[in-house]
Amino acid sequence: MIDLPPGLLLIIGGVIVPLIPRVLRNAYMLALPIIGFWGLLIIPEGVHFSFDIFGYTLSPVRVDSLSLLFGYIFHIAAAISIIFAFHIKDAVQQTAGLIYAGAAIGGAFAGDLITLFVYWEGTALASVFLIWSSRTEAAYRTGMRYLIIQVGSGVLLLAGAIIHFKEAGSLDFTKMGLTGLGPALIFIAFGIKAAFPLLHNWLQDAYPQATVTGTVFLSAFTTKLAIYALARGFPGTEMLIWIGATMTAFPIFYAVIENDLRRVLAYSLNNQLGFMVVGIGIGTELALNGTAAHAFSHILYKALLFMSMGAVLYRTGTINGSELGGLYKSMPYTAGFCIIGAASISAFPLFSGFISKSLIIAAAAEEGHWIVWLVLLFASAGVFHHSGIKIPYFAFFQHDSGMRPKEAPKNMLIAMGIAAFLCIAVGVYPAPLYAILPFQTNFVPYTTTHVVTQLQLLLFSALAFTYLMKTGLYPPELKSTNLDFDWTYRRMLPRLFKGLARTLVPADRKVRAIFIDRIDKFIAGIFRHHGPEGLLARTWPTGSTVLWVAVLLAIYMVVYFI
Amino acid sequence: MAEQQNPDKKSYWLDKEKNVKKIIWALCIACGLSVIADLFYHKHTHYAAEDWIPGMYGWYGFIGCVFLVLSAKLLRKILMRKEDYYEEAKDD
Repeated sequence: MIDLPPGLLLIIGGVIVPLIPRVLRNAYMLALPIIGFWGLLIIPEGVHFSFDIFGYTLSPVRVDSLSLLFGYIFHIAAAISIIFAFHIKDAVQQTAGLIYAGAAIGGAFAGDLITLFVYWEGTALASVFLIWSSRTEAAYRTGMRYLIIQVGSGVLLLAGAIIHFKEAGSLDFTKMGLTGLGPALIFIAFGIKAAFPLLHNWLQDAYPQATVTGTVFLSAFTTKLAIYALARGFPGTEMLIWIGATMTAFPIFYAVIENDLRRVLAYSLNNQLGFMVVGIGIGTELALNGTAAHAFSHILYKALLFMSMGAVLYRTGTINGSELGGLYKSMPYTAGFCIIGAASISAFPLFSGFISKSLIIAAAAEEGHWIVWLVLLFASAGVFHHSGIKIPYFAFFQHDSGMRPKEAPKNMLIAMGIAAFLCIAVGVYPAPLYAILPFQTNFVPYTTTHVVTQLQLLLFSALAFTYLMKTGLYPPELKSTNLDFDWTYRRMLPRLFKGLARTLVPADRKVRAIFIDRIDKFIAGIFRHHGPEGLLARTWPTGSTVLWVAVLLAIYMVVYFI
Repeated sequence: MAEQQNPDKKSYWLDKEKNVKKIIWALCIACGLSVIADLFYHKHTHYAAEDWIPGMYGWYGFIGCVFLVLSAKLLRKILMRKEDYYEEAKDD
């Protein structure tokens, strides 16, 4: 299996999906990540497939514990997403999903910055089709914005890589830290994909617009590839602690008032990335282990939550909290799986979030970052509040909406079941996950202190929700758009340009009119002298006159069109 | 798709007000127990504040959540626009 770099199997396999007969297609697609996963189990650690090109040494595959962990979970996520999409007949989505997953896997094994760039752009180009496949006007526009931002991130990465090569003389993708212009550009490129504050809106914009199955793919790969890249290139960069802490806290305010439940999940995804970024910023072995472990369990429960909301959207045609309610009566399995995902993201003991997030919070406390520690605790309570309670409550409980949709299709239930099983398995028995972390660890998540304090935090958060609901203080779900930073480029800048255009266009027209008028007069003058009746025409050959008229016409046209 | 069906006539356990009350009571009792539990074991803590107050995490979570929701509610006054806000922006 080492004959093929990790990820390439899914990319090539994805390209030929349309050629595979419909009957075999699902089995074929599912086989790809399974074979790919098996390949990871036997690939030896180290650098493979190195070659020289134009004097650069490229190493497309570098295998170590960090890349392997992301490789494993990306394959698992791909397999689950594929099963969830078994009912889809649209070859565009199938191809896009596989290439997207393959590119993310390839990126996690990239040993140099140029290879990383290629896969980086690959994820952008493939994933946008999962948004466009919704085939609505809004999805088209969202996709364009998404593509511009994602490709822009890649361009920054390439520019940074070239400058870094000039500065450091190497293209190797290893720890670099913020040591110059090159790494700084790469840092911003990673930051865009990791949805740093103010660079984050593509996420909340795009994920709710993608197809029911597309969002499940999207939730797993892009942002976690960025987390991997940050952990590889910038561990221990202190700025990341503060960036990450901000990320954990501010999206949850939006999540509370957002009506589109898939967008609520996008905000909470942003919040979970914050925990991982804090871990990278702290940079100790415990913290980096925490980031890796949290990325692993996060991909599972986030996919599970997006799947359950996808199933609701698929069956009811809406995902607005204001229109849903009471669905547990006819979709009990989906509701149950959603609650397992909610318990996992909220880090209830015995669920996956508990055994991974605690490494990061413990690392923050151990290193004496007490403000950050308090922010992380607040964010943990907050995530339970909006993801743990709000999502299942507004979709499946609250008042009865009268909807009695059918239970989710079987393939969706199987995919959710696998994810739910893994969420609990990782939570109950974390040893196998701890064994594949980048550093050896003897961390014990299940101590009395940890279990009791975490239960206090969560139970009282639930009590707060109940109190706010009972007293009517809780803000109702309302159909609305909440302004976020994307307002600047979706409203302010276009307005500014329109305003500028409004004043500039008339002035511009006037200037052109004057110029054109001058040229007209000039030609008329020339014609008077050089035309057939003109004085000078007697001595000039007609050919040269034609030539000059042609030249002037050309200038006239150029001025006109500029 | 079956969303237009009339609601079934079946009655569900959660539909009854008294059962919802039972759940709320259970939650309150669980909260109480979690605080009392603090008195019965030796806490391994990083910060002194964790030891001062029994149930410190609980109070922090409760106050944090109320603060979160109420301030988000205030934010709505500044941030909330109509659902088609960006679509209509396109037309003018």
